[in-house]
Amino acid sequence: MNMVNAINDALDIKLAEDKSVIVYGEDVGVEGGVFRVTEGLQKKYGAERVFDSPLAESGIVGTAVGMAVAGLKPVVEMQFCGFIYPAFNQIISHATRMRNRSRGLLETPIVIRLPYGGGINALEHHSESMEAIFGHIPGLKVVVPSTPHDAKGMLIAAIESKDTILFMEPKRIYRAIKQEVADGKYTIPLGKANVLTQGKDVTVVAYGAMVREVQKAMVMAKEAGISVELIDLRSVYPIDRETIAKSVKKTGRIITVTEGPRTYGVGSEISQIALEEAFLHLEAPPARVSGYDVIVPLPKGEHHYMQDAYKIFYEIEKTVKY
Amino acid sequence: MFNEYNPLEKKMFQVIDNNGKVLDKKWMPKIDNEKLVTIYKDMLFARTADLQIVSYQRQGRIFTYPPNYGQEAIAAAAGVHIKDNDWLVPAFREMGTMLAKGVSLKELFLYFMGYEDGSAFKKAKNTLPISVPIASQLLHAAGIGYAIKYNKEDKVVFGFVGDGGTSEGDFHEAVNFAGVWKVPVIFIIQNNQYGISTPTKMQTASESLAIKAVAYGVKGIQVDGNDFFAMYKAIEESVDACRKGEGPILIEAVTYRKGAHTTSDDPTKYRTKEEEQEWEAKDPMKRLKSYLISKKLWSEKEEDSILPQFKEEIDRQFIEAENYGPYPAEDIFKYMYSEMPDDLKDQISEHERFLQWKSTKVK
Repeated sequence: MNMVNAINDALDIKLAEDKSVIVYGEDVGVEGGVFRVTEGLQKKYGAERVFDSPLAESGIVGTAVGMAVAGLKPVVEMQFCGFIYPAFNQIISHATRMRNRSRGLLETPIVIRLPYGGGINALEHHSESMEAIFGHIPGLKVVVPSTPHDAKGMLIAAIESKDTILFMEPKRIYRAIKQEVADGKYTIPLGKANVLTQGKDVTVVAYGAMVREVQKAMVMAKEAGISVELIDLRSVYPIDRETIAKSVKKTGRIITVTEGPRTYGVGSEISQIALEEAFLHLEAPPARVSGYDVIVPLPKGEHHYMQDAYKIFYEIEKTVKY
Repeated sequence: MFNEYNPLEKKMFQVIDNNGKVLDKKWMPKIDNEKLVTIYKDMLFARTADLQIVSYQRQGRIFTYPPNYGQEAIAAAAGVHIKDNDWLVPAFREMGTMLAKGVSLKELFLYFMGYEDGSAFKKAKNTLPISVPIASQLLHAAGIGYAIKYNKEDKVVFGFVGDGGTSEGDFHEAVNFAGVWKVPVIFIIQNNQYGISTPTKMQTASESLAIKAVAYGVKGIQVDGNDFFAMYKAIEESVDACRKGEGPILIEAVTYRKGAHTTSDDPTKYRTKEEEQEWEAKDPMKRLKSYLISKKLWSEKEEDSILPQFKEEIDRQFIEAENYGPYPAEDIFKYMYSEMPDDLKDQISEHERFLQWKSTKVK
């Protein structure tokens, strides 16, 4: 099963189980979404529960806020990360504030699905990775799966949560990874990182499509005799300080691998955690592999921007030899 | 009514004139006398409270406040029709409707004194808190409308916005979504002539605000918002239409903000005395009172005797709010998530350690 199938499976399970789950967005109904993530769901559950909305992102998230306070559980799709900005106001001004504003009387259990990230030869606005600006919003949870198995378990957990959750889907690996995914319902707790590989020389923290790039770099590292501990962060907020701290205390070195622009990025936050939690254990400055602080180039220039296994190995080597 | 007053006809719906005289009996709603007097008293209570809040603000006992002065008929008419189970999605100038829904004055006071607790309505069901970002709340109204329709409930949503709000994208998206979904939402635009200092004619080149309904394929009507009976009738018919599945409805209520935008604003900079006097003649309370007096349902004497009681009650609730007590540090963290993330738990401890340290330093 690939990630598209796994997400579809999670939606299918929740739609079947819970009448209050509603799935909508641009082209998610008849067509099943531009990435076919919601394919077949309208046929199965009807156009009242799975439907095409007018083409307006603020409208989609704003109406989801209304549905949620009235007891529904909307799972909405933003077609691409680059198109979410009209909805930014509804996220930062309402979805993430209703509970606090009403002292807990109103809740907004909304899942906003957001295909994101580069490496797919796309048009302008279709390759961004802007999780850091969302991680900065109080009241929002921002999660990113890196495998079909995680995508299914995390999405079910997200739909069952009472919070507003930005569920970022690394579209570059939508169909790139296939794995066995358990049948039926299971959940993966949101906010907990996953140590994918134990190692002793350096901790590498990544998430989404970057996990696979790190795994490629680890083959090179192994040949060079370097033992890498790989953490899949899974959740940009809440951030799992404990897992990061424990690992960096063990390895003494930390590298973050993120797709978004560098400054004020997720890598910076993780480096700060390493400094606060493991200052006396550090043997090298925390390093960041990230996008540059530039606009993601169009396809012909994108290789200058995207991080690959070589760039990651390059930083691993530098950090270990520091 | 919606046919005869189709916004393309460019007519404003009115029932009484400036002196409280009925213009056309056909449109006069049937309201029994006792109920009408109660409504008037509620309006009077709201106006008295509103004026009193401004004076509390001037005494430095409350923070910024947006007065309702001059717009009471709209909120009162909505308040009469809104049921406990209906939804209220306010902007921030609908005191009468909020009170009718069961929000207490004390809660409103707490909010404007700076306590979120003032938006944790104890009695008012299905009432959203005040929404500050202009027009953004109307999408919530459309979404609630969808939930009502989906659950096949017999409820209506009242969503409020001002004239300035009709320039925001969310206004258009909300009316459009509600129109496509055919949901039971009554959008009420309080056109009080100004968005802070900007006159309505600088918000839009449209002939009216009601006419925007036509483009979205929904029923719309322009109503004299200072004419209580016209507002009553328009909302009554809108509620009926919504309950029959003929929603949404867009009402433009033409009114005038007699006070400032908020207590931080000085309207003399952008309004003339002449204009204010012209609108004074259309004051909604005066018009309703003239009608009541002409029917011998009310008198100046009764008004004079009831006002001190109102003032006392308003003061009593204000003082209760003033004595509300301290704001615990934990409260700023508690409601961010359904379960508090470890990060926030750490931040509470950090804050408490700091407060402890500070208490040893501050003399």
